[in-house]
Amino acid sequence: MKALVAVKRVVDYNVKVRVKADGSDVDIDNVKMSMNPFDEVAVEEAVRLKEAGKISEIVAVSLGGKKSEETLRTALAMGADRAVHVETDAKLEPLAVAKLLKAVADKEAPQLLLLGKQAIDDDANQTAQMLAALLGAAQGTFACKVALENSEVLVTREVDGGEETLALKLPAVISADLRLNEPRFVKLPNIMAAKKKPLEKTTPADLGVDISPKTNVVKVAEPKPRQAGIKVGSVAELVEKLKNEAKVI
Amino acid sequence: MSVLIIAEHNNQQLNPATLHAVTAAAKLGEVHILVAGSNAAAIAESARQINGVTKVLLADAPYYGEALAEEITPLVVKLAGDYRYIGATATAFGKNLLPRIAALLDAPQISDLTEVVDNKTFIRPIYAGNAFETVQSDAPKLVLTFRATSFDAAENGGNAQIQTVEAAPAQNLSRFVKRELTQSDRPELTQAKVVVAGGRALGSAEQFNALLMPLADIFGAAIGASRAAVDAEYAPNDAQVGQTGKVVAPQLYFAIGISGAIQHTAGMQDSKVIVAINKDPDAPIFSVSDYGIVGDLFDIVPQLTTALKS
Repeated sequence: MKALVAVKRVVDYNVKVRVKADGSDVDIDNVKMSMNPFDEVAVEEAVRLKEAGKISEIVAVSLGGKKSEETLRTALAMGADRAVHVETDAKLEPLAVAKLLKAVADKEAPQLLLLGKQAIDDDANQTAQMLAALLGAAQGTFACKVALENSEVLVTREVDGGEETLALKLPAVISADLRLNEPRFVKLPNIMAAKKKPLEKTTPADLGVDISPKTNVVKVAEPKPRQAGIKVGSVAELVEKLKNEAKVI
Repeated sequence: MSVLIIAEHNNQQLNPATLHAVTAAAKLGEVHILVAGSNAAAIAESARQINGVTKVLLADAPYYGEALAEEITPLVVKLAGDYRYIGATATAFGKNLLPRIAALLDAPQISDLTEVVDNKTFIRPIYAGNAFETVQSDAPKLVLTFRATSFDAAENGGNAQIQTVEAAPAQNLSRFVKRELTQSDRPELTQAKVVVAGGRALGSAEQFNALLMPLADIFGAAIGASRAAVDAEYAPNDAQVGQTGKVVAPQLYFAIGISGAIQHTAGMQDSKVIVAINKDPDAPIFSVSDYGIVGDLFDIVPQLTTALKS
């Protein structure tokens, strides 16, 4: 059984981004970029399923500019077998990403499609659900446990009050929550080996997908800063402030 | 233009989260609510009493009982013709369902939005709340999820009509197996007026509970946690506050032994008053807290609990 894993190159999660002075976007020139943390979890899960003999091949897919290739090489070093890079410099909305991934999935015919639950840049949390919809497939979002059993996949999901488990028909789309697993560190020999693994290039035009945007970002702004607070010297002072100044108790 | 809001419920009770979406949607037009459920007449009855709702659509079928996105989506797509906007609150339910609907309508979705500027302009946080983008769309249909803490809950006082609608055919792509919910007498985290949250510095689940529960009991507060505390199993997963957990905005938020990483503050920085207790004077939490105490939480929290009790 084949698995497809989608990975995104984003600003590293430790970077505190700044908004550009003209308010057009956040400034990501010369900041550290990494694989989206949720996608790392998705790749790790696919590799574990392969190591357990449940799936036979892992295809990693990324969409974006030339440097997305680095993100794909990371996925290959973690254990993906080959990669597909849909190269485009266009800013992609989740719906366009889902359409591109569907086009790749139509060619590859995977039984399991793994994605992160959200990208830490746009925080949209949409792509996996949209991809499942376009494929007419079942979805297991916010997964914290995945078990493949014959023609079904059991997915335990993080929901607001706790957890729930669903059984999905294959093919199915799964979006990974952080608690699904702990991604492995990539070792140097694996990075070297990953350079030799196949990486196929394609474009949205090759795939016949219209990626023209349906929304338009008119402004990006810093959040309203919180009023700087004070440090108090004692518990008594804190209680007094909460009572008489903040009036919340 | 009217708005279709999808009700979140468990067939017995309407989730109060839905009330926030009604307030947000009322800025866009006439608000209708869809109740898809199994034996969910009671939910429709609750929904019709919400102020600002003019019609309730009730679709009852056994396969709507577990709120599976695969089942509810075809129903919403079938009903979508009359609506420019389809919306829900950005809870786990809304986040799971709405993008599936958007894709089949070929409509863009604007997620977790915090402000409705006008009928095509919305504001939403990006990069863990470190920036806010203003998004416009002229698309004929828009799918929206609303951040609950940014809109007040709609109150009761309405008297909408209930219209029964035919269920869409069952899809049978997925099957509900089981649900394990955290048992708690405390208020729901996202609705609580006071939140007492702990981090890794609590050291163990026993100490987490022994220190935080008595403080929380004073206010009838909900318990929150940082990701580190959840990973260390001091608190259940659904107590996590932050970019990947829940977004809360209570009147009073206690951050106890929490350093204040951006992924955490993304979920609580709209709280009215933030109190931080941390032994590290340089912890980033002090840059968002209104009142901070530098010191050992094992001394300070019991003192604070005693002082507040008296």
